[in-house]
Amino acid sequence: MNMHPISQRLVVIGNGMAAMRTVEELLKISGGLGHRVTVFGAEPYVNYNRILLSSVLAGDKSTDEIVINSREWYGDNNIELFTGDPVVSIDCASRTVVAQSGRLVSYDRLLIATGSRPLAPPIPGLSLPGVCAFRDIADVQKMIASSGMHRRAVVIGGGLLGLEAAWGLKRRGMSVAVVHLMPTLMERQLDASAGQLLQRDLDRRGIAFFINGQTEEIIGNERAEGVVLADGREIPADLVVLAVGIRPNIDLARQAGLEINRGIVVTDDVRTSDPDIFSVGECVEHRGQVFGLVAPIWDQAKTCAAQLAGDPSSVFTSRAISTRLKITGIDVFSAGALMAAEASDEEITLRDDNRGIYKKVVLRENKVAGAVLYGEVSEGNWYLQLMQDGTDISVFRDRLIFGRGFAEQATGERIGSDAGSLPDDAQICGCNGVSKSTIICAIRDKKLASLEEVRAHTKASASCGQCTDLVKSLLSQTAGIDDDAKTPPVCGCTGAGHDEIRRAILERGLKTMDAVRQVFHWKKPDGCHKCRPALNYYLLCAWPGEYRDDAQSRFVNERVHANIQKDGTYSVVPRMWGGLTTPGELRAIADVAEKFSIPTVKVTGGQRIDLLGVKKDHLPDVWRDLNKAGLVSGHAYGKALRTVKTCVGSEWCRFGTQDSTGLGVKLEKLCWGAWTPHKVKLAVSGCPRNCAEATIKDLGVVCVDAGYDIVVGGNGGVTVRVTDHLVRVSREEEVLEYAGAFLQLYREEAWYLERTAPWIARVGIAYVKQRLIEDADGRRQLYARFLHAQSFVQSDPWAARAAGAEKHEYSTLMAEPV
Amino acid sequence: MSSAVEWINIGSIDEIPLRGARRLCVTLNGRPLAIFRTGDDRLFALVDVCPHKKGPLSEGIISGTTVTCPLHNWNIRLDDGKAVGPDEGDTMSLPVKIAGGDVLVGLPVETGASV
Ligand code: SRM
Ligand SMILES: Cc1cc2nc3c(=O)[nH]c(=O)nc-3n(C[C@H](O)[C@H](O)[C@H](O)COP(=O)(O)OP(=O)(O)OC[C@H]3O[C@@H](n4cnc5c(N)ncnc54)[C@H](O)[C@@H]3O)c2cc1C
Ligand code: SF4
Ligand code: FES
Repeated sequence: MNMHPISQRLVVIGNGMAAMRTVEELLKISGGLGHRVTVFGAEPYVNYNRILLSSVLAGDKSTDEIVINSREWYGDNNIELFTGDPVVSIDCASRTVVAQSGRLVSYDRLLIATGSRPLAPPIPGLSLPGVCAFRDIADVQKMIASSGMHRRAVVIGGGLLGLEAAWGLKRRGMSVAVVHLMPTLMERQLDASAGQLLQRDLDRRGIAFFINGQTEEIIGNERAEGVVLADGREIPADLVVLAVGIRPNIDLARQAGLEINRGIVVTDDVRTSDPDIFSVGECVEHRGQVFGLVAPIWDQAKTCAAQLAGDPSSVFTSRAISTRLKITGIDVFSAGALMAAEASDEEITLRDDNRGIYKKVVLRENKVAGAVLYGEVSEGNWYLQLMQDGTDISVFRDRLIFGRGFAEQATGERIGSDAGSLPDDAQICGCNGVSKSTIICAIRDKKLASLEEVRAHTKASASCGQCTDLVKSLLSQTAGIDDDAKTPPVCGCTGAGHDEIRRAILERGLKTMDAVRQVFHWKKPDGCHKCRPALNYYLLCAWPGEYRDDAQSRFVNERVHANIQKDGTYSVVPRMWGGLTTPGELRAIADVAEKFSIPTVKVTGGQRIDLLGVKKDHLPDVWRDLNKAGLVSGHAYGKALRTVKTCVGSEWCRFGTQDSTGLGVKLEKLCWGAWTPHKVKLAVSGCPRNCAEATIKDLGVVCVDAGYDIVVGGNGGVTVRVTDHLVRVSREEEVLEYAGAFLQLYREEAWYLERTAPWIARVGIAYVKQRLIEDADGRRQLYARFLHAQSFVQSDPWAARAAGAEKHEYSTLMAEPV
Repeated sequence: MSSAVEWINIGSIDEIPLRGARRLCVTLNGRPLAIFRTGDDRLFALVDVCPHKKGPLSEGIISGTTVTCPLHNWNIRLDDGKAVGPDEGDTMSLPVKIAGGDVLVGLPVETGASV
């Protein structure tokens, strides 16, 4: 009579993040003894990290990479798993559940973790093909397939999910519009100022916004064709993604007669109104609160596991949490109150429109009650900590907004805990629920030496990245490794970073790609499309005249010396030294265009002429004709010197101080043909009016009465960056020496595909000055190495090909029937 | 159930660069064809049209047995023409064999090649 069953049967409904985390926690406590576990999942997959669906959509991860537990794991732990078989009813009286397949299972304890469902707005057209939500793998697969076949997407909802969906689709080449009901984006996490900055930045990335847009209908016959707004506007769309919110999935619980409200009501021990039935995750409601982020869900899972294992003392309390948007390059942080709400509340804000930075901290009775950060979020975790700890901030109130370092200068002591002083069981990574002790043990036991390795082994900071700083500081405390000094790996084939590889090439005299791949234990014998061009460049730069360029490791444009166009034809851009041309050259270009029926002739933004739409097999003949008029390759296709823009300068202009045109030509003659980590553009302006836009070039020269100002590290592309001033010199020869030395430093030390702007942002202009100005000898050596390298590359690649080199590139392979 | 195949001779393997590809002068229903040679000298033939936006796969970088499309970096498996996940889609792959030192590519007959 008083014999207890050796093991209890635990049935779990839902195979999602909350459910399986609970089972994992339970296994940790009991080692799998005491319970026989059966899991039902509606989806046909093992459990995966839902958070990373955004990364899958954006193409950064595959679905395989987001799996949390493989089928083997379920097997190894004796967990019975039924996927693709949702539970359709619960009978609390007989303690049984029935699944869609008809399978009937009885339980001693039941766990409901059915998550939530996407909200569907009450509008016509929802069932048309081409309309989907953003919740599970099936949705993401639909979106990916659609992006391959269709062009236009509309995302309804400008919250966290909607924006991540929009960005992913944009990355996949679709044109994307977001319809948002409210006046600003992410209004539940951001105040109006931050929301506007976010909209501005996404707008610049090419996402269109319909703010205050109420969707009235999705139109279409066979499939979705567009979205109609209440004000009559109509947005064409081949794909419509709904991301207007989520609703706890409580249907089963309602049918079973459990107490429900917005969610399944649970008490502090995460029990439902039936003491044998537990519930965790987005389907629950605890003290009136429902949940949409994983951090609190991990705490519920812990409590649930402890309760199941017979520890009644474990209770769930909900803590302050923060959110971040997972869009590369857009930094948003938000926690707690968004703005002053009560009379005693105060706000401290800091705004720098130029740098796109906005920070707001909300104070309540001298404590932090909330923070909204945009553009610069490194202090986010500190504010969250101050919030969670209820720290009194009155002593450093005036410094609070400038961050921890500045505040601590005033108090002279640590404010709030840092990674080192956190307790061992403190949760470091909210997304993956990884504790401090787990990370430290992994670093010690597996001798981990980089952030990437810690991510791979523990998953800490591998999802939203919010805890990256904390993980880095644990790495440095535990293993003494400062990951900031470490470069990211070149690609997935290796753990080694760019600098490490470049150093080894020189120090160990590695002269082939195979040798490099061997030394660094490459995972794939012949690398991939990312590392091959990088290694080819590094070897070429290290061993000029000696290493033989590998055409097959070059991107098509560099291999065939012309730019591939979207229809598979090519463009041809001959060099026009310093933007100068002659009637003879123009005549040759006109003749070639007519002779080969080249559809488009365009003046480029780089002061020269582009012939677009040339058939590949015509290329050698086109080049031959251009060569005859003295025109050579403009390297418009290469990670190489592109253009040297000039203005008319002192020869004609009434303001010109020096011969900017002549100097531009000299610079181009000096530098053409050089292969570089990324493309390089130069310009020379004749006076500070700067008509050649020298201050957004990789290297610019601005002529002044007293000589020449050399400026470096500018960029006019995706992220505009104004140059840093390097030096003022008085003679043209000095300009040439500095330019050559600067380019050589860039060639030798930047990472492949890193332009001078991000390179200088990384190493600092002070470093460049030290190498080029303070170390005058070093500068002369750099210049000498540059000239040496140039001696091998300054022959026109077009001439060689017009004369028959690499013939196989420009002809098809003959075939005959057998 | 193997449908009939018409073999065409495209000459010596040396015509195709190592880790490289060549387009053939024949098309299949107007679609270009290409032959690919891997680093370990295996040969594969595909309809030279990327399942994404029709990029010319023969212009891509070949590593292992995949080729990276030059237009938007999809990776396509040479052996079966399928896109490597998470991308989805495929292009037709054709049989290849070596006979008498020459490389032969098999074209499905019903569809009719035009030389
Ligand atoms: C032809 C031209 C546009 C035009 O019609 O004027 C052009 C065309 C292309 N640009 Fe550009 N850019 C052209 C001037 C510019 C300029 C203006 C300038 O050079 O003064 C810029 C901004 C300045 C700068 O680079 O800082 C510019 C910033 C870019 C970028 C962004 C680079 C960045 O660091 O953010 C890319 C993308 C890339 O390189 O990865 C790009 C990429 C491209 C590509 C190569 C896109 C591609 O991969 O197919 C286009 C090739 C077209 C072709 O086949 O010829 N193009 N591009 C211009 C050629 C100049 C030339 O004579 O060589
Ligand atoms: C694209 C995306 C990005 C996100 N990004 C973040 C982020 O950056 N940070 C963050 O903290 N959170 C994020 N979230 C939210 C986070 O994923 C959820 O909070 C978390 O997954 C909730 O876990 P859960 O187990 O409650 O629900 P789920 O993970 O949804 O699991 C519920 C499972 O139960 C199954 N199920 C439902 N009914 C039944 C039934 N009757 N029988 C059997 N199975 C059933 C469902 O199919 C589902 O697989 C994101 C969510 C999405 C969709
Ligand atoms: S030429 Fe430059 S700006 Fe124009 S579409 Fe191409 S990459 Fe974009
Ligand atoms: S066409 Fe091949 S990847 Fe886009």
